[in-house]
Amino acid sequence: MDTRDTPEQAELRRTARQLARQRGPRAVADLEDEKRTRRLAEAVRDAGWLELRDDGGNGGPLASGVEAAIIAEALGEAVADVSFAGPILAADLARRAGSRPIDAAGVAFAADLIDIAVVSGPATAEPLYAVDCAGQAAGAAYVLVPEGAGYRLAQVAVGGASDGADLTRAIRRLAVGTPLRPVAGSSRLLTRADLDAWATLGLALTSADLVGVMRGVLDLTVAYARERRQYGVPIGSFQAMQHLLAEARCLMEGASSAVLHPAWAVDELAPDAARSAGRVAKAYSARAARAVCETAVQVHGGMGNTWDCIVHVYLRRALLSARWFGDDGEQLRQLQRARLGMAHELS
Amino acid sequence: MNFRDSPEEAAFRTRLRAWIAANNPGLPVSSTDDEYWARQAEWHTALYDAGFFGLSWPSRFGGHDLPAVFDVILDEELAAAGAPPRPSLGYLVQGIATHARDAVKDRFLPGLISGRERWCQGFSEPDAGSDLASLRTTATLDGDEYVISGHKIWTSYSDVADWCFLLARTDASVPKHKGLSAFAVPMQQPGIEQRPLRMINGITTEFGQVLFDGARVRAENMIGEPGEGWRVAMTIVSHEREPGEIGYVARYAKLVKDLEQAVRRNPAGFGSEALESVAWAYVQAEMLRLHVCRRLSERLDGLDHGPGGSIDKLLMTWVEQSVGSAALCVAGSRAVAEADDVGLKIYLYSRAQSVMGGTSQIQKNIIATRILGLPTA
Repeated sequence: MDTRDTPEQAELRRTARQLARQRGPRAVADLEDEKRTRRLAEAVRDAGWLELRDDGGNGGPLASGVEAAIIAEALGEAVADVSFAGPILAADLARRAGSRPIDAAGVAFAADLIDIAVVSGPATAEPLYAVDCAGQAAGAAYVLVPEGAGYRLAQVAVGGASDGADLTRAIRRLAVGTPLRPVAGSSRLLTRADLDAWATLGLALTSADLVGVMRGVLDLTVAYARERRQYGVPIGSFQAMQHLLAEARCLMEGASSAVLHPAWAVDELAPDAARSAGRVAKAYSARAARAVCETAVQVHGGMGNTWDCIVHVYLRRALLSARWFGDDGEQLRQLQRARLGMAHELS
Repeated sequence: MNFRDSPEEAAFRTRLRAWIAANNPGLPVSSTDDEYWARQAEWHTALYDAGFFGLSWPSRFGGHDLPAVFDVILDEELAAAGAPPRPSLGYLVQGIATHARDAVKDRFLPGLISGRERWCQGFSEPDAGSDLASLRTTATLDGDEYVISGHKIWTSYSDVADWCFLLARTDASVPKHKGLSAFAVPMQQPGIEQRPLRMINGITTEFGQVLFDGARVRAENMIGEPGEGWRVAMTIVSHEREPGEIGYVARYAKLVKDLEQAVRRNPAGFGSEALESVAWAYVQAEMLRLHVCRRLSERLDGLDHGPGGSIDKLLMTWVEQSVGSAALCVAGSRAVAEADDVGLKIYLYSRAQSVMGGTSQIQKNIIATRILGLPTA
C-alpha cells in the first residue's frame, strides 16, 4: 500500500499543471480568445491525453484511471476550457464494447446527467444531453440500446449550439427524434459490470475535476485576501476570513484523499466495489466543492458577484462536475441502497 | 499509486485477522462506557504481546521497524472485526523519540509502547487552555530533583497512570514560551491529588484533574533540555492531531458499522434524514481512512512535524461529529426518552472532539497563518 505518485505520475502531474496554467484562461475575457482555446485543445491532443483510455493492445486501456484523474484535476485547477473527460469517457466506453473510438465522439446522458442514455426505439424519445463533447464541429455521441441481458453501443449525431452553466465545457442538447446509427466494429454487448466500471471512471474524473477546481479557486482567493485591504489592513488578517479559508483548505484536502481511491480502483477492483469507492469520493467532493466555491465568492465580496471576476467560472464548472454522474444527494441515496438494504424504499 | 497490499502486508493482514478473531475482547465503544477505559490497558498489552502494536516504531524500543502504512491495515482490521481501536499514544512516543536524550528514550519508550507502564499527559490547566504557554505549574530545582506545584486538567487516565508527561515552568524570568520544560513525573507519590471529572455523557474514568503540591521528579527525567518544553509540546500536539497517529479511523468505522446494522435490522423504522445521516457518516469515515492512507504513505518520504496535523484534526473532528449526529439521528426519540441511550452518549462525546487536542478555532488559526500564509492581525 503506497498512495504516493510514482515518479512518472509526479512528472505527469507537473506537466499537466504547467500546460493547463499556460494555456488556460487567466481572466473571463480570455474565454472569448479563440486562438488561445484552439492552442489549448491542440496541446491536449498533441500530449496524447485524449487517447489514455483507448485500447492499449490487450483490451485494457493505454493508461490507468490514476493518470486520467491527474490530468482531470490539473484541467479543473486552471478551469481549462477544453474537452477531456467527455472524449476520454467515450473512448473508454468504445473500448469496452470492442470498437475503436469515433473521432470527436462524446457520450449522451439522460436528462438527469447521471447515467448514459438508454434508447429502445430507432430514435431518441426524450431530450438527451451530450456533455463535454470535443470541438466546435458537429460530432457524435454514444447511447445504449438494450439487447438481451446487456446493451449494444449506438450513436447519435450531435450538432447545434453549446449550452450550459459551465463556461468552460459544452453541453449540447439532442432533440427528441434524433435517429440512432450503428457503431462500426462494436463487437461486444456491454454488461452491468462494464457500465459500473465505466461509471467509476466518470465518478473519478468528475471528482478529480472538483478537487482541481477547489485547489485553483482557493489559490486565487487566498492571494486576493492577502492583497485586498479594508480598515487599512489585508482582509486576510481577519480571523473571520482566515477561518473560512482554513475550512475550505481542509475540504479540498479531504476530497483530494478520497478521489485517489476510485481513480485507482477503476482498473483494479471489482466493478461494484470500484463504483462504491467512486460514490464516496463524489459525495464528499461535490459537497466540498460547492462550499469552497461559495466561500471564494464571499471572500471576493462585491467583485466576486460580478461577471468579470473569474471566481464564478470555477463555481459554474463545479456545478457541472458535481451534477455529472450524480451529485452528493444521488450518491448518498445509492450508498444507502447498497449498504443499508434500501433497494425497495428508494427508486 | 497502489492501494493493494504488498505480499508482506497481505501476510501481516492474514495473521492479524486470525489473531483478532480469537482475541477480540468485545469492549463497548470507547466514548460511551467506563468499562472501556477500565479494560483498555489489558487490550493494549494483549495487542502488543501479539506483535501488533508499535508497528512503525524502532525495534530498539519494542517496535517493529515497519512502514507507517501497516497502521492502516491495523485500523482496517480492528474496525472490520468490531474490535477496540489501537491505544492512542503515538504522539507521546513522537515527543520522547524526537526530543529526549538516549538514556531517557531507553528508560521510557519500551514501557510506554508495551503498555507495561501507563502514561498521562499534563499540559492544560484551568487558566491555560488554548493559551497553553501561559501555564503556571512550576518545577523548581532542589538538588538533583525538581519540585512540582500546580493544577493540571483534562488529564486522560491520570488515575491509573504510572507516569505523567508534564509541562511546567522552570524559568519565570524569560518570555512565556521559553521558560517551559518537559518531564516524566512518577504519579505514585505523595504530593499528587487526583480529582475525577464527569463528562457530559456521564463517563468518569477518562478525564481527570491532577493537583501537584510538592511532588518530586529527578532532574534526569527531563525530556529535552531546560527551556525546550514548548518545542516538545508542539511536537506532541502536532501528532496528537493526526488520526494516523491516534488510530481513530477504526473507532469511526466501527461506530458507522454499528449504525448501519441497526438500520438494516429494521429499515422501515427510519426516516430519510436518519438514512442520509448514516450514509454521510460512512462517506466521512471512508474519507478519513483514505486520508490517513495518504498521510502514512507520505511518511515513506520521512516524518514531518509540521502544521499539516491541523488539517487532519479538523477533518477528523468533522468525521467524529458527523458520526455523532448520525448516532443521535438513528436513536431518534429514544435518545431523549432514555438517558442511558448509547446514541445519546456517542453524540454528546463527539462534541468534545472540536475542543480536545486544540480547539477547531486554534487549528483554523494555524492553517490560515502557517499553511495558507495569511497575515496575522
